[in-house]
Amino acid sequence: MPAIVTENLVKRFGELTAVDGLNIEVRPGELFAFLGPNGAGKTTTIHMLCTLLRPTAGTARVADHDCVKEAWVVRRAIGLVFQESTLDKDLTVYENLWFTSCLYNLSPRLATERIDEILQLLELSDRKNHMTRQLSGGMRRRLDIARGLLHRPRILFLDEPTIGLDPQARRQIWQFLDTLRRTEETTLFVTTHYMEEAEVCDRVGIIDRGSLVALGTPDELKQVFKGDVVQLRSDRMEELAQAIRAQFHLSPQLTDRGLLLEVMDGEAFLPQLIRRCGDQITGINIQRPSLNEVFLQLTGREFKP
Amino acid sequence: MIPLRPIRSIVTRELKRFFRQRGRLLSSLARPLLWLFIVGIGINRIVETPPGISYLQFLFPGVVGMVVLFSSIHSALSTVYDREFGVMRLILVAPISRLTIVGGKVASGSFLSLLQAAILLCLAPLIGIPLGVQQILLLTVYILLTAVAITGVGLLLASRIDSLENFAGVMNFVVFPMFFLSGGLYPVKLLPAGLQWVIYANPLAYGIDLFKHALLPGSPGMALGPDFALTSNIGMLLLFSTITITAATALFDKEARLVRLATR
Repeated sequence: MPAIVTENLVKRFGELTAVDGLNIEVRPGELFAFLGPNGAGKTTTIHMLCTLLRPTAGTARVADHDCVKEAWVVRRAIGLVFQESTLDKDLTVYENLWFTSCLYNLSPRLATERIDEILQLLELSDRKNHMTRQLSGGMRRRLDIARGLLHRPRILFLDEPTIGLDPQARRQIWQFLDTLRRTEETTLFVTTHYMEEAEVCDRVGIIDRGSLVALGTPDELKQVFKGDVVQLRSDRMEELAQAIRAQFHLSPQLTDRGLLLEVMDGEAFLPQLIRRCGDQITGINIQRPSLNEVFLQLTGREFKP
Repeated sequence: MIPLRPIRSIVTRELKRFFRQRGRLLSSLARPLLWLFIVGIGINRIVETPPGISYLQFLFPGVVGMVVLFSSIHSALSTVYDREFGVMRLILVAPISRLTIVGGKVASGSFLSLLQAAILLCLAPLIGIPLGVQQILLLTVYILLTAVAITGVGLLLASRIDSLENFAGVMNFVVFPMFFLSGGLYPVKLLPAGLQWVIYANPLAYGIDLFKHALLPGSPGMALGPDFALTSNIGMLLLFSTITITAATALFDKEARLVRLATR
C-alpha cells in the first residue's frame, strides 16, 4: 500500500491554478523529494496532503486514508514541519515539545520519554531549558523537526527544511533525516529547491507550474543526458554557438550560465574544441549532468529557486 | 467529547505567556487604576450623586468590567498573534477539533480575566465597598460569565482579522466604544433612548450590571443602581456566549488563513 497517492489533484485560488492535475505515488519508507522553483505548487500540495487545504478537484490519500473525508485519521498518522517555524518563542525548548505532546494527547509518561529521546537524537539535550528565542537558526529548525516527530508519525512532511540555513546546518539536517529513515522507517516527503539535496533522495518528483514534469530516481532522471555537460563562456556567444553548430554538428543552448553543450565524452571533446574554436572561448567548465540540467531540459528554462 | 489534555495545554501555554510578558500584567493593572483614581476622583469632585453612593463607588463595577473587557479581548486576539507566528498552524494540523481550540482560548481568556479582576477587587474596601465571602463567590461567577461572553466576541473578531496591524483598529473601534457604551461610566437609564438600544446589544453592559448587583447592593431602583434584572443579565450573557462561541468555531476557517502562505 503506497504511503501517499494523489489522483488528478487540483487546487485553484480564484484565477490562479496552484496545483494542476497532480499524480504521484510515494512508497512506504521512501525518502521522496519534491523539487521545483518557488511558486511551483509544492507547499500547496503539502497543505492538501496534510488536510489543511481542501482540493478543488481530484483525490489525495495519505496513510491509506482520504485527506478530505478522513482528515482526522490522516492527521494522526502524519507529522508536518512547516516552511516557517511554528515554535513558540515565549516557551522553552522543553515546553514547546511538551505542548505538542499534549496536542497529540500523548500520556505524560510517554511524552517525557519521547521528548528526552528526541532531544538526544537531535543533539538538543543541553538546550532543554533554554528559551526558544535564544537558539540559533539551525537549532530552531531541528526543534521544529523534533516537534513533527514527537508522536512518531508514519509519514513526515518537511516543507523546505533547510531553507535559510548555512551549509553546515543544512548538512546536519540531512544527516539526521538519513538516520531517521534508516532507524524509524518513516516515510519522508521533502520539498526543496536545492538541487543537490534532491540528489540524495530515493526518488525525485519535479514540479513546475503546478504539474509534475518528471518522476524517478536521481539517476533515472539524469539519463535523459547521455554524456557530459560542457559549459562555455565567450564574449561573442552567438558566433561561438554558430561555429560549434557548423563544426561539430551539436546544438548548444544559450543560458544564463553560458553556452551549454551535451557531449558523449567531455574529456576527449575539449582538445578538439580548443583547437578549432579556442580563440573565441574565455572560459570552460565540464561536469556530469546534475538535476539542474535535467530541469533545463524538461522545462526549457533555467532552474531559479 | 473534548479531550482534556489538549485544552489544558492550550490554557497552560496562555498563562505562561501572560506571566512572561511582564509589561502585560503591569499595563493591565495600570489602566483601571488610572480610570479609578484619576478620572474617577476628578469626576467625583464635580458631580452630585444621591446620598449613600459616591461617583467613585458607582464607577468601580464599570472599571472591573473594563479589566474583564481588555483582558478577554487581548486573550482572544492572541489567536491573531498565533497565526502570524505560526503556532496556529501547528495547532491546526494536530488531531484536535476546532471546538477544542476555541474552548482552550475561552478558558484561558476567562481565567486570566478573573485573575486580573480579582487583583482590582482587593481595592474595593479602600473606596468604601466592603466585600463579604458571598459577594466574592457571586462576583467570581459573574466575572467568568462576562469573560466567556467577551472572549467569544474577541474570537469572533479574531477570525476576521488577518494581521496584527488591525489590532489597533479593534481597540479604537470596538473595545473603547464597548466600554463607553456599557453603563460603566454613567447609568443606562439616564441616556437617550437611541443610545440605550446600542447598549442593549453590548454584552459588557450586562456584565457590568451584574457587578453592580454584587458591589452596590443597597441601591437597586436608585438612579445609580443596576439597570437590568439579575436574571436578564445572566440570560443575555449566556445567549451572547452561545452565539459568539458557536460562530467563532464555525468561522475558524483554516483555509482562508493559509492561502496567503500557500500562494506566495
